Amino acid sequence: MTASGVDVGERETAAATRGVARRRRRVPTPQRMLFFLVFLGIPLAVYLMFVVSPFAQSFYYSLTNWSGLSPSMEFIGLANYQRIFDDPVFWKSLRNNLALLIALPTITIVLAFALAVMVTIGGSTHGGVRGVRGAGFYRVVSFFPYAIPAVITGILFNFIYHPGGGLLNGFLNLLLTPVNAVLGIVGAEPMQDVGTAWLGDQRFALAAVGFAIIWTFVGFYMVLFVAGIKSIPQEVLEAARIDGSGRFRTSVQIVAPMVRDNISTALVYMGIFALDAFTFVSVMTPNGGTDNSTKVVSLHLYQTAFRDGRFGEASAMGVMMAVVTMLVAVVVIGLGRSKKEKR
Amino acid sequence: MSAPTHPSTHAEVRERGSGEQRRIPVRRRDRGSDGAGFSALHHAVLTLWALLVILPLLWTVYTSFKTSREILTDPFGLPEHMQWENYSRAWQEAKIGEYFLNTLIVVGAGLVAVMLLGAMCAYVLARFQFPGNRAIYYGMVAGLTFPIFLAVVPLFFVLKNMGLLDGRMGLVGVILSYVAFALPFTVFFLHSFFSGLPDEISEAAAIDGAGDFRTFFQVMLPMAKPGLVSVAIFNFLGMWNQYLLPLVLNTERDNYVLAQGLVNLQAQQGYKVDWGGMFASVVITVIPVLIVYVIFQRQLQGGVGPSTDK
Repeated sequence: MTASGVDVGERETAAATRGVARRRRRVPTPQRMLFFLVFLGIPLAVYLMFVVSPFAQSFYYSLTNWSGLSPSMEFIGLANYQRIFDDPVFWKSLRNNLALLIALPTITIVLAFALAVMVTIGGSTHGGVRGVRGAGFYRVVSFFPYAIPAVITGILFNFIYHPGGGLLNGFLNLLLTPVNAVLGIVGAEPMQDVGTAWLGDQRFALAAVGFAIIWTFVGFYMVLFVAGIKSIPQEVLEAARIDGSGRFRTSVQIVAPMVRDNISTALVYMGIFALDAFTFVSVMTPNGGTDNSTKVVSLHLYQTAFRDGRFGEASAMGVMMAVVTMLVAVVVIGLGRSKKEKR
Repeated sequence: MSAPTHPSTHAEVRERGSGEQRRIPVRRRDRGSDGAGFSALHHAVLTLWALLVILPLLWTVYTSFKTSREILTDPFGLPEHMQWENYSRAWQEAKIGEYFLNTLIVVGAGLVAVMLLGAMCAYVLARFQFPGNRAIYYGMVAGLTFPIFLAVVPLFFVLKNMGLLDGRMGLVGVILSYVAFALPFTVFFLHSFFSGLPDEISEAAAIDGAGDFRTFFQVMLPMAKPGLVSVAIFNFLGMWNQYLLPLVLNTERDNYVLAQGLVNLQAQQGYKVDWGGMFASVVITVIPVLIVYVIFQRQLQGGVGPSTDK
């Protein structure tokens, strides 16, 4: 090796280093390109192919008269939407969805919040602020229903609501026994056994389905709220108590505002769920109940597409529900945000 | 349990979670009189709810050992003889065993895939600055609000055209759609997790000569483990729960997952319902999930759930 050779080598390395430095700023190294391609490319491809593209397509299909079976379809503009507007079953389904939208989030979240408060700060007023004894047990058990697949919950409640051998009627009749015994002594007519078909009776069906949904989700949101409440500093809760705030007032005026984010998330999720509700409704009342008393839009959509073979119309329904869903999400998130800003 | 024995200061009593501490004599407060009543009320409400949850489950379990006739004539009575045959019938004739295996395959593969892809995507979006980063992130998170039932019809044809719905390949199509629909939640949650990890670690790894791939798999992924576990639990429950996707996409009877199999079982039998077998099938499906939940429930205590913080 001559001195000049070393010199050249050094110069080359220096140039290379500069090159790398420059490249790092502008063009990523091949290794990094590959890294991005794999790490971002694959998940994005899956997401675009199986989530985004079907959604985009359904917007197009909603403007056609596609049957789903034949490859041929015509562009028919807004005729599908017109048809839906004239479809009484769609309106009935939408009304049921809206009833669920009002009832489910309200009842579920109030109940979940109340239970969460009890297991976190509902304990004795002696000593520190804490939950009732056995709080862990209650929390674990309450979550059980969420761990059970929705389909099973639906089937389980089919058993419970069964007019003959069901748990609910059995329980009600059990309560009747002492009542009838008393009536017998007095000489009055005994009351008849309860034989209500809870899911078959128009008056009760939707509420019966709704109860199964509430049963499922209360524990889930309870766990969510418990986590939120536990992140509130103890000092705050103690200060409230020292200032003479009772547990009810503390939970409504101090705890609730401090877990506002969790509550608004819960509202959005529960709202989106109420606008779907497909699994529960289709398992408990496969045809949407007597006189469509429990039919929801998702079930109507499913039947229109796969039973009646009108994919175009079904897509139009889907688009309308997507718009409603997004509106609900935006309104709830917006309300939460504006309140936060006011604070 | 080492509860403080002398409650001299408020601070010592303050520690949460230990039942023993309640017995420590603390001076009675002025308003203390309402305490006992309220506690009793709270216990009553909580117990009522716990019973509402447990009783139907217990009822299901013991009913699964009764004959169909016993079930219909006496809903509350205990079984005269334990009908273990209900279980063998459910497992074999009702094919619950087969559906169980299919479910395990679909949920197992889907879970691994979505955790890997979701972590990769969230990691890149959380820790690298590049044009379009925010757009991709919001595009992904927007997927949280897309109602699945709007997409199922076109999705059916997307998969069909790719040949992913035929025969045993059908399971691949189902797995891919599970993964795709679980991605938004996974990315959303892990994104906040990865951006919370300290920069020094990845810098140290880079200085030590680890490339991007190695830094991710050997340094960042292990550090994100608590987050990964909780997201995995929610994804597991979500996938185990899935009904609409398999109902539409998974049309081959041999590929049925548990949810489909059970609904089918219930619908098919009509008036000659094998009630004992049905209850046994339900128990077979529920028990494993409850066991998994009880084992992992500690992971959920820290409070994981969809959050709007980010």
